[in-house]
Amino acid sequence: MDLLPAAVTLDILKKVMPADSIAPKEPTPPLKLWLPTVAAAWFIPGLGHFLLKRPIRAMLLCASVIVMFAAGLLMRGTFFEPQTGDLLNTVIYVGGFLGNLSSGLLYLVTVWFGYAQPDVAGHVHDYGTKFLVGAGLLNVLAMVDAYEIAIGKKE
Amino acid sequence: MSLSHFEAAVLFALLTSIVLGIVTKKTDRERIRYAAYCFACFVGTLFGLGWLMYLGHR
Repeated sequence: MDLLPAAVTLDILKKVMPADSIAPKEPTPPLKLWLPTVAAAWFIPGLGHFLLKRPIRAMLLCASVIVMFAAGLLMRGTFFEPQTGDLLNTVIYVGGFLGNLSSGLLYLVTVWFGYAQPDVAGHVHDYGTKFLVGAGLLNVLAMVDAYEIAIGKKE
Repeated sequence: MSLSHFEAAVLFALLTSIVLGIVTKKTDRERIRYAAYCFACFVGTLFGLGWLMYLGHR
């Protein structure tokens, strides 16, 4: 199969697509600009915002994640363990595990101290499990916000 | 700790609304308004679904 030379291909592309329709690709921000902040935001909820000199927001985010996590523990929620099988199982268990892991130090310390609640029936335990995942997901939102502030996309 | 469905859902709504308000808006005023709006939506949906389930089970 004959391929067209690159110059001809480019010429055709320029005729088909006007120059202003091709959006310039934004350069990727350097890792050292955002990685320490995002890592800190993951490890201790709110620390990313604190390092970015947003102490009030940091305090509110930290309090929200900690209260939700603590409520989940007090309701004896279950931590997800990554399991694979059919697609739905994989999404629920791996997703739930990633949600738990997103709480950072809270999750690590809790597991380290031996918290291992079996999955039992009851609406309170069920809410506890959702609260534990919810705390991690709130921290993901805080991490994304810290990333956007760190790269200067947001104030 | 044993919370009812309503108490657990309101606690979840409150904490989630605070975080959504902080991460989505630019000024403090907008953040407070948006957090209050989200909380009202959560609680409104809670009552709506509550009534729906109540009427559905009659």
